Amino acid sequence: MARISLDHIRHSYLANPSKDEDFALREVHHEWDDGGAYALLGPSGCGKTTLLNIISGLLHPSHGKILFDGRDVTNLATEERNIAQVFQFPVVYDTMTVYDNLAFPLRNRGVGEADVRARVNEVLEMIDLVGIADRKARGLTADLKQKISLGRGLVRADVNAILFDEPLTVIDPHMKWQLRSQLKLLHRQFGHTMVYVTHDQTEALTFADKVVVMYGGEIVQIGTPEELFERPSHTFVGYFIGSPGMNVLPVRLEGAVAHLGGQAIALPGAMEAGTDKRTELGIRPEYVRLGNTGMPVLVSKVEDIGRQKIVRAKLEGHDLAIVLSEDGVVPADPRVEFDPKGINIYADDWRIGTGG
Amino acid sequence: MDKTWNNKAWFMVLPMLVLVAFSAVVPLMTVVNYSIHDTFGNNQFFWAGTTWFEDVLSSSRFHDALLRNLAFSAIILIIEIPLGIFVALNMPRKGLGVPVCLVLMSLPLLIPWNVVGTIWQVFGRVDIGLLGHTMAAIGIDYNYVNDPFDAWVTIVVMDVWHWTSLVVLLCYAGLVSIPDAYYQAAKIDGASRLSVFRYIQLPKMNRVLLIAVLLRFMDSFMIYTEPFVVTGGGPGNATTFLSIDLVKTAIGQFDLGPAAAMSLIYFLIILLLSWVFYTVMTTYDAKG
Amino acid sequence: MIIRGADPLSAHGSMWQRLFKPAARCLEDGAWEGFTDMLQLDAVSKISGASAHISDVSLSLEKGTLNVLLGPTLSGKTSLMRIMAGLDRPTSGRVLSDGRDVTGEPVQKRNVAMVYQQFINYPALTVYENIASPLRIRGADKASIDREVKQAADLLRLGPYLQRTPLSLSGGQQQRTALARAIVKKAGLVLLDEPLANLDYKLREELRAELPKIFSESGAIFVYATTEPSEALLLGGRTATLSQGRVTQFGSTVDVFRNPVDLITAQTFSDPPMNVLAMEKRGSLFVRDNMSSIPVPSGLAPITEGPCTLGFRPHNLSLAAGPGTVVLEATVVVTEITGSESYVHLTHGDAKWVMLTKGIHDFATGTALNVHLDTRHLLVFDDAGRTVRGKGA
Repeated sequence: MARISLDHIRHSYLANPSKDEDFALREVHHEWDDGGAYALLGPSGCGKTTLLNIISGLLHPSHGKILFDGRDVTNLATEERNIAQVFQFPVVYDTMTVYDNLAFPLRNRGVGEADVRARVNEVLEMIDLVGIADRKARGLTADLKQKISLGRGLVRADVNAILFDEPLTVIDPHMKWQLRSQLKLLHRQFGHTMVYVTHDQTEALTFADKVVVMYGGEIVQIGTPEELFERPSHTFVGYFIGSPGMNVLPVRLEGAVAHLGGQAIALPGAMEAGTDKRTELGIRPEYVRLGNTGMPVLVSKVEDIGRQKIVRAKLEGHDLAIVLSEDGVVPADPRVEFDPKGINIYADDWRIGTGG
Repeated sequence: MDKTWNNKAWFMVLPMLVLVAFSAVVPLMTVVNYSIHDTFGNNQFFWAGTTWFEDVLSSSRFHDALLRNLAFSAIILIIEIPLGIFVALNMPRKGLGVPVCLVLMSLPLLIPWNVVGTIWQVFGRVDIGLLGHTMAAIGIDYNYVNDPFDAWVTIVVMDVWHWTSLVVLLCYAGLVSIPDAYYQAAKIDGASRLSVFRYIQLPKMNRVLLIAVLLRFMDSFMIYTEPFVVTGGGPGNATTFLSIDLVKTAIGQFDLGPAAAMSLIYFLIILLLSWVFYTVMTTYDAKG
Repeated sequence: MIIRGADPLSAHGSMWQRLFKPAARCLEDGAWEGFTDMLQLDAVSKISGASAHISDVSLSLEKGTLNVLLGPTLSGKTSLMRIMAGLDRPTSGRVLSDGRDVTGEPVQKRNVAMVYQQFINYPALTVYENIASPLRIRGADKASIDREVKQAADLLRLGPYLQRTPLSLSGGQQQRTALARAIVKKAGLVLLDEPLANLDYKLREELRAELPKIFSESGAIFVYATTEPSEALLLGGRTATLSQGRVTQFGSTVDVFRNPVDLITAQTFSDPPMNVLAMEKRGSLFVRDNMSSIPVPSGLAPITEGPCTLGFRPHNLSLAAGPGTVVLEATVVVTEITGSESYVHLTHGDAKWVMLTKGIHDFATGTALNVHLDTRHLLVFDDAGRTVRGKGA
């Protein structure tokens, strides 16, 4: 377990970076608590895998330092940092049995056989692989192999952090649920520092205590799943988190009222942005109430996704998504109201105020 | 999975089939014909039945040549396979060094076989050859013309020089296909260089290694051109392999019958051993 | 990588065209010209060695429909699509197009387009040439090629990228190129094998929203394979659920979701996994030793006594009582929070359940919880796994 500090880290894959675009990772400066479960969330190319590889030591940052518990480990090789990494596709030693796979890291460090046996059995119990301990790793399914990868990481009791690089990519949807909840349980029980990289917002939000949203090589927002959901500080975060993402509508601000086309939306307090900024109103589909009162909308499509319905509509010519319960109905004259709790105002994509 | 038939495809293959029939199947039938008749090739055939086969199989000359072939193949495999793996492991996998190394490795394979033989024949000569002269200058008594042991060493070294590259290239192809994540995981697990070889690289190379072994075995068992050019089968019978013996019988002694019988037996031995290898290979594949 | 059978690699040169023109002519005046009205699979099986990839599948796909093949990996989706395309031959059974047996016909003769998971495009050609390749095979003239390529590119928002090569584009754009190439071919049968699986979550959402529009504009039969139930629901159309090489149910997507014919279908078509509870019906109660009994909903009263399995989806459990709910005791294992909802993993005796509830609730492991089960959406399966319905349910 360790506290991980990222000290003004920047990274470029090019030899002589000159402009911002040359950097895969622009300024990252952050401290992560000991024992926390973090997710690095962002689209492809946002720099999350680069950051993960810098933490694990597989990549040396072109600028900046990284510290574990205050100790500078930037120049330490991977094996000396005492971290564990689970990759996108299962990496197991095919010729060894499950037991030997888990024992491998311990044996490489010269741990005695008796201790190895005790520890490996403990981990086998943790990840529920006791039944197949003696089987060769080769013929197993993807999810079992990923568990073995995870087990190899857990087997060293003094591991500083466990890093996950999109580990559920090759797993079937049903097994994803099991593995995810097992990871969460493991974290609750044993408290390792865990860093989980993904582009899937459901995975990130369910796993992490704190989510780091990245875009274009920078950290855009860090917060608990609830904070990111209720108060996204950037329209990108609003769009990226939640399925469907936040509705962003261009508005004109006038005191405590936001004007969208011909409609006036009351805001709980007065908002002001500079006259040269682009102002938008963000509201999540969950906070849009569909009923018989409010602003008129044109419904173009209703998608039934089982546990709820998503209504695609147009309000003053702008796309609006609304969440409706499983048994809900779209009224003949559909009108919407915005729940003030869910209103966020943005100027040039950054949040300037809220309605709640 | 079986694919759907496309009859037009057969027409495309037809010219090739005709060519193969003409250059391989017809001569093969001629040889079979010779092996069961007594003939001098002048279109007079006297039935001999299995006489020639019995003669060949019971002759000590044949047995000696066969043993020499087996010994040679064994030595070749023991040297070339580990050496090939070793070189492949140390070849760069990324960067500028890759094309340079690949070209260097391919060079010995591109040389015509009798030219290879000629190179080593001159190379090993005590009077004008670089190797032979250097050995004499150091004081080592090296003469592949007179000494059977030296002749063997020369032929083995020549074959290793010529063909190890094939093993290297095959193993290299197998190694290059290993994703980086495996090496990264091994680093994280603190695995030693030997462990990485044993648990990651060797298992992934298994399939290509079997192909390499099969190819090298077949080629070394059929060896003819290189030793013939270097030693001509001598000194005495020291390097007379089955193929060389065969040619001596057919052309030197003009015993067409026994020669034909011997070539058929030779063919069947190789076929049998290759089939054994192939079966081993495919059952191993099916298991894993 | 060349798409076997669908487009031989011959973008330029009249010599190639002359060689392959016979194939193109078949496309023009063969029985597959234009669109098929119905593609039928009749008792198709594909067995290789000891394993049956597909067992006894019979399906009827109609023109202008989107058909989803839903099932876990290795359930036979790809094998089935390959048989529909003509890339493989079934071990037994027939493939019929408009009543005509085309089982033995190779894929070059059929008017098929296929889109794969791995963004397959010709790497050396530009996006424009990639999209134009099926038209060039057909020998169309320059003007109509240009028109069709531009149309497809506009539909898939590839306008600015026409002169770039696929490998310099992002994953989403590469897959759009593959889709454009499939559309421009105007094939009667378009097969998509998990085309969005390699894309980012949000990209997947975007492209998935565009797909129905693209599908509806052509009149072809679309077959879409996926492992994710939510994708099937979002695409709509008809769904066939597959499990171990068999089609367990085929019907309108919403219908298969709400009224599965058996437990396997219900479980295949559930994400998160369906919660099950093995019980026994005695009179007006579902009972089980050591557990609280559940009253049988009135609509299900006529079903036979005996052992059965109850199934319900995570959102049918809640923390508050409501109409038609019954209380059950459970213990919390772990809670997952997704911003506005919580997934609570529970155990009830030896059953493991997931509850989806609104709001943020972070329960500690081991907490005893009373959960409310909405019996109005309860599914009951008999001991053979088939759904039983009472009168009027």
